[in-house]
Amino acid sequence: MRYLPLSDNDRADMLARIGVSSIDELFADIPQAVRLEELTNLPRRKTEMQVERQLTAMANKNVSAGSLPFFVGAGAYKHHVPATVDHLIQRSEFLTSYTPYQPEITQGTLQALFEFQTQVANLTGMEVANASMYDGSTGTAEAVLMAHRITRKKKAVLSGGLHPQYREVVEGVSAKLPGAFVHSLLADPMGTEDILAQIDDDTSCVVVQSPSFYGQLIDLRPIAEKAHAHKALLIAVFTEVVSLGLLESPGAQGADIVVGEGQSLGNPLTFGGPYVGLFATRQKYVRNMPGRICGETVDAEGKRGFVLTLSTREQHIRRDKATSNICTNSGLCSLAFSIHMTLLGGKGLQRLARINHMNATALADTLGKVEGVEVLNSAFFNEFTIRTPKKADDVIESLAAKGVLGGVPVSRLDKSGGDIDNLIVVASTEVNTDEDRAAYAQALKEVLA
Amino acid sequence: MTMNHKGRSTRAGEAGPPMPHQTFTGNKALDMEEPLIFEIGHMDNCGVDLDEPMDFVPRLGSHMRTEPVDLPALSEPETMRHYVRLSRNNYAIDAGLYPLGSCTMKHNPRLNEKLARLPGFADIHPLQPISTVPGAFELISELADWLMELTGTNAVAMSPKAGAHGEQCGMMAIKHAIEAKGEERSIVLVPESAHGTNPATAALVGYKVVAIPAKSDGTVSVDAVIEKIQAHEGQVAALMLTNPNTCGLFEPEVIEIAKAIHEAGGYFYCDGANFNAIVGKAKPGDLGIDAMHINLHKTFSTPHGGGGPGSGPVVLSDRLAPYAPLPFIRKNGEELEIVETKDQLKEGELPFGRMTAFFGQMGMYVRALSYIQSHGSDGLMQASEDAVINANYVRVGLQDLMSLPYGERPCMHEVLFDDTFLKDTGVSTLDFAKAMIDEGYHPMTMYFPLVVSGAMLIEPTESESRASLDLFIATLRDLVMSAKAGEKDRFEGAPFMSPRRRLDETTAARKPVLKWVAPEPTRVEPELA
Repeated sequence: MRYLPLSDNDRADMLARIGVSSIDELFADIPQAVRLEELTNLPRRKTEMQVERQLTAMANKNVSAGSLPFFVGAGAYKHHVPATVDHLIQRSEFLTSYTPYQPEITQGTLQALFEFQTQVANLTGMEVANASMYDGSTGTAEAVLMAHRITRKKKAVLSGGLHPQYREVVEGVSAKLPGAFVHSLLADPMGTEDILAQIDDDTSCVVVQSPSFYGQLIDLRPIAEKAHAHKALLIAVFTEVVSLGLLESPGAQGADIVVGEGQSLGNPLTFGGPYVGLFATRQKYVRNMPGRICGETVDAEGKRGFVLTLSTREQHIRRDKATSNICTNSGLCSLAFSIHMTLLGGKGLQRLARINHMNATALADTLGKVEGVEVLNSAFFNEFTIRTPKKADDVIESLAAKGVLGGVPVSRLDKSGGDIDNLIVVASTEVNTDEDRAAYAQALKEVLA
Repeated sequence: MTMNHKGRSTRAGEAGPPMPHQTFTGNKALDMEEPLIFEIGHMDNCGVDLDEPMDFVPRLGSHMRTEPVDLPALSEPETMRHYVRLSRNNYAIDAGLYPLGSCTMKHNPRLNEKLARLPGFADIHPLQPISTVPGAFELISELADWLMELTGTNAVAMSPKAGAHGEQCGMMAIKHAIEAKGEERSIVLVPESAHGTNPATAALVGYKVVAIPAKSDGTVSVDAVIEKIQAHEGQVAALMLTNPNTCGLFEPEVIEIAKAIHEAGGYFYCDGANFNAIVGKAKPGDLGIDAMHINLHKTFSTPHGGGGPGSGPVVLSDRLAPYAPLPFIRKNGEELEIVETKDQLKEGELPFGRMTAFFGQMGMYVRALSYIQSHGSDGLMQASEDAVINANYVRVGLQDLMSLPYGERPCMHEVLFDDTFLKDTGVSTLDFAKAMIDEGYHPMTMYFPLVVSGAMLIEPTESESRASLDLFIATLRDLVMSAKAGEKDRFEGAPFMSPRRRLDETTAARKPVLKWVAPEPTRVEPELA
């Protein structure tokens, strides 16, 4: 087997050196009744060429985003990632290193994490960031638990603009905690819900996504004010990190915890994972933060170096008193994010964001002219919601048959029915062209005719 | 002069005269100092060429950012150099033996990387129409079939994002199953030798943790489990047990333990972190487990990436299968139905909720399936056997000089030493491990498990050749002899030759500096006449 260096001679010699007569003696602790002689029902080894052929055949059955006009977002976005990023993250020293437990020989990973944390903190307008979460959805659930620890209250209020699957993750995690309560508002495509009325003295945190799942931009300031007046925290969520290039940061609007999905920078769509959760907060809450944190220090010769720090919050030290059970996070995805962010810089990110917004407004104008189609959002970034006269899931399937992936029918994620059944969340990034938009409008016209 | 068996000098300074001077740059030839991007970047530059946006009317309402984004950029060549230089300060499995116990640092085949990057996997969106991604579900389903067959179970929740997330998923399913029976139970039993994630997960799911002491031979006895079950009658929801355990031993009484917890109405959660030792040798389902996560980034070689991403699918017993979280694939013969929301559920499907947005770690599924197919049933079994042979080879190569806490008995895929052999040498486990760095090795897992003094847990994996192990054993023997000969200079303050010496972790924690902040401009006092 090509991955195994030992030869049969090696094995025999080594067993002799170990002092056993057969390999079975090394497995003697496994009760005889359950010990296997071989694995039946399963295929045997394959050559590299055979594996490549078989998996490529599976891949070829899928329609890839780059092969047609593509407008699907709703929490994951197709962006152009510079070739440099993927080359660098495949350096052996990054790809095949473990969590940096031995800082003397993992300064590469650690310095990159320190830079990542700085980028995330500056981008979100917060004071500190951690070294990543699994993704935006699990990060949001961790943010709610963190707010419960800080406020010693257990009621979370979730905006109806929060990604429905993020909401489900939060509800699932909270439901298992004694006394925890999640108050989820109804779907809110246009950002008109009265979330302020839901905040009271029992509220631990308010979770608001902007741009919302439906694309609507939300003013966080009044929500932060009301939350703070009731000693509750504002958790600001985003799924499109590029939006921060053009929008006022959540930190500047008074958020206490900012959590979001970082996939858009450096990371391919990959059918939903692995992604990278961004997580930032105020300095005063840092010891309640989940996840790994990298900090600056000096070595025995006084040279600057970096280490994982504040680990007394973590499971390997605090066990059942830890702030989170997270161990492995999204190291390599955070590196990809950081490299892409380094190439862009603040100025590049702003320009990229502007191109995204420009393309989205152009798409909204184009689709808005199709008879029967209404664009719902008053203010949006690179994603918005349209209402069509036909059921959205049928429209999307018909568009796909015409070679356009036109967005996400809200009803795929939210089954509350009614008006929702006719809504489509549509995203447009820098990858879309005038031809893509024209093809979408034409196909939509035909589907709705 | 000390030589290893290959005749290489093993002492610093013996290869020639010491460094004659400090360099101007602080660099030492290939060992280069690299500033932070914030110290070398440009606010007015960009490493990505982007078209100038045309004039258009923004629709951002009042939400437009007025401040610039405070982040510098590097051009493409500068970026390349920055990260290549950083990378060279990292140890990696591609560069050398990485014997971190319980971490399974094995070879990461590049075929897996290549296949994960096929556009049909890397460039597909989790919410594009299901009809446009049949190959994605085919792949997930095939991997799921392998995982169920290898573990002897009939259900698997694929979506958890890492091992600890898988634990959380399994424990949430258990809690849900108990509630569905109309019961309330508050306690989870966890052996003292467990990974920290086990008690942390139990607490996260709302349980109280009760520890089970280990026997003097490093394993858990069924009597100790029964004692705790009786002490908390009717309250024990589950037992969380790692098998093979963190001492590198297969739990011989695991079947009886499973039976005891089941008879008490509880569930058996198995931490599958050490599954690499027994793939193809035993099926956890046959041992009586109700849930076990599989770290695809350990057993099935998806790369660790300096701390993730991982992937932690959880196999489930028939008792827990109904509670598997959304989304899941329902198989009707050859047809795959994708169940994403509650309205699609059929009778008997009672998911407890959802672990994550979308479908989990697709990129890791591709790599794992590529690894599994390459090995096949015969190769997977061989890999486990080789991992166990290698660990035992290290054990017998060192057991006369180092100390085995549980005697000279075979181990599974990792071997645990304690610090008895360092007694009276003035050298600690930490010093010993740090001295390994100067020899070009990543240290083993230290001070874990907590049940033995100064633990050193070595997991060589099946990826090491005999020659590699011989040199590793010879190196450790030389270090032990050195420690016993009182050569403390080799250990105190080690490592001496790494890109950084020991780092001040105390100050890092007491006065945390967690991001770069521009230094205040130095104020120059006007010179007095």
